[in-house]
Amino acid sequence: MRALFFRDLALALRAGGGFGLGLAFFLIVVVLVPFSVGPQSALLTQIAPGVLWLGALLACLLSLDRLLAVDWEDGALDLLATSPLPLEGIVAVKAAAHWVTTGLPLVLAAPVLGVLLNLAPSGYGVLVLSLALGTPALSMIGAFGAALTVGIKRGGLLLSLLVLPLYVPTLIFGAEAARRAAEGLDSGTPLLLLAGITLAVLAAMPFAAGAVLRVNLR
Amino acid sequence: MSLWEYANPVKFLRLSERVQPWLWWGSGVCLVVGLIWGFFFTPDDFRQGSTVKIIYLHVPSALMAINAWFMMLVASLIWIVRRHHVSALAARAAAPVGIVMTLIALFTGAIWGQPMWGTWWAWDPRLTSFLILFLFYLGYVALWEAIEDPDTAADLTSILCLVGTVFAVLSRYAVLFWNQGLHQGASLSLDKEENVADVFYFPLLVCIAGFVLLFLALVLYRTGTEIRVRRTRALMARETRGAGLRAEEA
Repeated sequence: MRALFFRDLALALRAGGGFGLGLAFFLIVVVLVPFSVGPQSALLTQIAPGVLWLGALLACLLSLDRLLAVDWEDGALDLLATSPLPLEGIVAVKAAAHWVTTGLPLVLAAPVLGVLLNLAPSGYGVLVLSLALGTPALSMIGAFGAALTVGIKRGGLLLSLLVLPLYVPTLIFGAEAARRAAEGLDSGTPLLLLAGITLAVLAAMPFAAGAVLRVNLR
Repeated sequence: MSLWEYANPVKFLRLSERVQPWLWWGSGVCLVVGLIWGFFFTPDDFRQGSTVKIIYLHVPSALMAINAWFMMLVASLIWIVRRHHVSALAARAAAPVGIVMTLIALFTGAIWGQPMWGTWWAWDPRLTSFLILFLFYLGYVALWEAIEDPDTAADLTSILCLVGTVFAVLSRYAVLFWNQGLHQGASLSLDKEENVADVFYFPLLVCIAGFVLLFLALVLYRTGTEIRVRRTRALMARETRGAGLRAEEA
């Protein structure tokens, strides 16, 4: 299990692994927002938490189709399936590796990009906290989507269509927590609900993803 | 004699063809009676005027949009547990009907909302969750279309249906948390307190019956089509294989 985790990490970090692409995408989305809505800092302050959450979500989505597809194409997934580790575990480990290479950098970069969007000072702590709580769920749900579409050629667009509606609760609670904190309100409730969703997803989703992957490997 | 007998496609088709004329005629009669009664023989609401009458399309379609998803969930569960092909095909057949019902509900809601709320669309919890439900339907249908092997497609879509149900319910409550509503409460409920006035209530019930029958008729019809498509494909595959064998012998 640990070996698989470090293998995925190493593959992602090496040249051609696509590490940092998500981060760059996040940056570009955030830079494009002032171009599209105008540079007034009051407006940017108001929409900053939502834009940062949306950008992180899209950046997470971007790298999902590589999550299982690469191993599927070269047959590594078949080998992994015959290993003693159950498929549920494999999917969970892959999602964890995806989070470390995609979600974690996003969480760390969010405050810097918050400066670009003129985020209110009270919002930084909760923004980072909400992203840290929410992005693991995004990776795990994404792993389910990737497992669903792994056998389909050019499944990338379909993957977005399937995964984005599943992201709705996470996005709502995460962005709501960040928004409330930025406006100086109490953000405890949405944070707790967000944490609840993430925990439930981490507990239940590997089984759904494992079942789906088993069907696809049949 | 049990319900599972109709997992046999032949028996299912025989029954469904016997039942279908009743369903079509029943839904036709109910809809014609309910809509004419509702549109022409009920008084205008004292505040909403005649716009209130869109309720006869809006409420039944919204009801069926949710129930269609629920039916797909049950059919998916039956497929996962007992692996009856008819069940998987029924789930597939219900999805486009559900999409259309969702669209009818959204459009009639917008048409009513324009004069009443002064806007075609508001980010109200009910409206938003319906839009999300619509997205779930789209994803479900797209996944069916994308996979060639029918059994794999049935397995994957049924799991998607289960997961989607959980997330659709979650989204419903998340959206409630996110924004307070503009939409009025339930139009119908079993305890009489909340119901709409009697003059609107009875034609509405007839319309709902019409929509339910129409939904059942459409789903049975489409399931029959799916079964026949599947059988045609199997026969054609056998034909080509037979032709290939004959060519080898000769």
